[in-house]
Amino acid sequence: MIRTFKGGFHPEEHKHLTESKAIVSLAPPKEVVIPMSQHIGAPCKPLVGVGDIVTMGQKIGEPTGFVSVPVHASVSGKVIAVENRPHTGLGTCMAVVIENDFCDTVAETVKPVDVDKLSAKELIEAIKEAGIVGMGGATFPTHIKLSPPEGKQADCVILNGAECEPFLTADHRVMLERPKDVIDGLKIMMKILDVKKGYIAIEDNKKDAYRLTKEECKAEADICVMLVKTKYPQGSEKQLIDSVLRREVKSGQLPIDAGVVVQNVASAAQIAVSLRQSGMPLVSRVVTVSGSGVETPQNFLVRIGTPLSHLAEAVGVKEGIKKVLAGGPMMGVAQYTLDAPVIKGTSGLLFFTEKEYHHYEPQSCLRCGRCVQHCPMRLMPFMIMANAELNNLDEAVKYGLKDCMECGTCSYICPSRRHLVQTIRVAKSQLPK
Amino acid sequence: MNEKLIVSTSPHIQTSYGTRKLMGNVLIALIPAVVAATWIFGIRALILIAISTCSAMLFEHLWCMVTKQNTTIFDLSAAITGVLLALTLPVGVPLYVPIVGTFFAIIVAKCLFGGLGNNFMNPALAGRAFLLASYSLPMTTWAKPFYYKTGAVDVVTGATPLKLLKAGEALEVSYIDLFLGNMGGCMGEVCALALVIGFIYLLVRRIIQPHATLAYVATVALLGWLFGYQGFMTGDPVTSVLTGGVLLGGIFMLTDYTTTPTTSLGQIISGILAGALTIFIRVKGGYPEGVCYSILFVNILAPQIDKLVIPKKYGA
Repeated sequence: MIRTFKGGFHPEEHKHLTESKAIVSLAPPKEVVIPMSQHIGAPCKPLVGVGDIVTMGQKIGEPTGFVSVPVHASVSGKVIAVENRPHTGLGTCMAVVIENDFCDTVAETVKPVDVDKLSAKELIEAIKEAGIVGMGGATFPTHIKLSPPEGKQADCVILNGAECEPFLTADHRVMLERPKDVIDGLKIMMKILDVKKGYIAIEDNKKDAYRLTKEECKAEADICVMLVKTKYPQGSEKQLIDSVLRREVKSGQLPIDAGVVVQNVASAAQIAVSLRQSGMPLVSRVVTVSGSGVETPQNFLVRIGTPLSHLAEAVGVKEGIKKVLAGGPMMGVAQYTLDAPVIKGTSGLLFFTEKEYHHYEPQSCLRCGRCVQHCPMRLMPFMIMANAELNNLDEAVKYGLKDCMECGTCSYICPSRRHLVQTIRVAKSQLPK
Repeated sequence: MNEKLIVSTSPHIQTSYGTRKLMGNVLIALIPAVVAATWIFGIRALILIAISTCSAMLFEHLWCMVTKQNTTIFDLSAAITGVLLALTLPVGVPLYVPIVGTFFAIIVAKCLFGGLGNNFMNPALAGRAFLLASYSLPMTTWAKPFYYKTGAVDVVTGATPLKLLKAGEALEVSYIDLFLGNMGGCMGEVCALALVIGFIYLLVRRIIQPHATLAYVATVALLGWLFGYQGFMTGDPVTSVLTGGVLLGGIFMLTDYTTTPTTSLGQIISGILAGALTIFIRVKGGYPEGVCYSILFVNILAPQIDKLVIPKKYGA
């Protein structure tokens, strides 16, 4: 029996465009733009100024808050600007612009740690210093999830290999090409959290990755590789926990309250690289470049800070582009310019033509109940929206306004094309803090 | 790349199942019932269905013109109303009756309340209720099945099983005849087989949920058996379900999006309520059949049920 959760839907996958294409290392650009905010939480403070010479892997941004991680130079070269630049998620953001000297001189600080000797605390510090965040797109700092607050104890780690967004195949390729890194990263995290059980959850449209990972885990009695149903939003933390463990995270609580830590597979592989292998911090990631507007869809290994236009040139972009998305089509952010750079959470870059982009005028709610039946949080989206439109926020909360995770299932599924999740987002922002 | 890019918030893709595709699927699910009606009651049935469908769409189009809106007939909901209304008529009604019925259904019950999604009653059933009150004789004069095969030009009338049962007479029709539709009744309600095929199609294509229909049919069967015409536990559950409009109403009207609760539990509640009311009207009411009024009644309750029955949230 393949595990799953209640609700959600199965979108057209479009993954065949890139799922069988091996990861290609993309030549770094002349100039990289490294935003100081590439994670959820406080932005970094730049540590370098114009004219400074930096090396690859050198820390160039210092975290300023608790929920924050440093950022590193992804190439070696000269800092030519520290200024506001376009950003895929924030509009604009303070960024360090580095002129690439194409030498890839590695910083002296870049060296692996002795994973087996270090304490959990030291390992967590090493993960933080490597700038590792959730690479599925949410970009929550990994080290914070690995340091549960006093009195809370995890009993297992789930690696999220669901990759439920259509088009995206970056995690799929990482699992296929670097299974040992993924498993090693999981083992390091299990050691840090002192848990005896690890799961790797993979959607059943990636059976090759499932078989390979299972094969590689043969000797690992503590690790269970599990198939979960191909369904959006399977990769959402709470839904994945439900699928894998049949546990629910209480409303308003975090996975750790249910004894679970969920991490992305690519983040796990990065931990293996940054701690045990080269010691290089998170300065590159796999990005799926796809969509009907692309000549040759690809999975690229890209330096962080590479402008999106550089990726566009590498794949060849057709005429008639309507939308450009950073991330997947369900949760990704529409871009207004290709000057924004790839950041730690950029799992995909999609070019949509008329084939994928349709404009529909919203109609009256049919009360068909499809949003209710498909909502993975089991809310009543149409009732939330109806009350939000009347500014009845108290009533909207009754139907689940606060519990909405904004996955967009309701807006996808609505036959009347109503802007459900969009209205809910606005209403949520108006709730008293 | 010189184009201006479109920027909007996620999600950036939407299902291909818009309103028209959903309604189109309902129309497809009605084809077996239309074919059965034509087979059982002759070509006149098809003519009535065609008149009803065309007039429903025409009224909606005219309404949109008069109120200066873009026409909404292409969402096909008016077509469904037209077909459904025709299926609830006896085959012998004058040809203008469906036109009057669709006027009430489309203009009064639907458009005056704001059109698709804002009507508080199922338009087809509202139209039928209006016709039953306005044309009570032709609306209760039933044709014998296959009368046209005997060479008769005019409709040959006969009683419906429910009328006989209500009068306390014994029913001499086999279950097979009841299932296939070899009995008197409205054009679309007699052939259970055709309706069930439509139901299965709707379920397979995931156009509707089964809860309301199943709860309704189960309630009618149970209460039909408990409260028989001759006293407690004298009824026949199979006859209760296969006669009258239980399947037509339960499958195509109790599942109407706008007038049905949206939650599974709400749909079960509405099915049970409608089922109980159907049997109550059949056994104790003035009419032999109670499907129409019972569904109209739970239609009015649907918004309240949605306010009361809120699903348990994830993590609550």
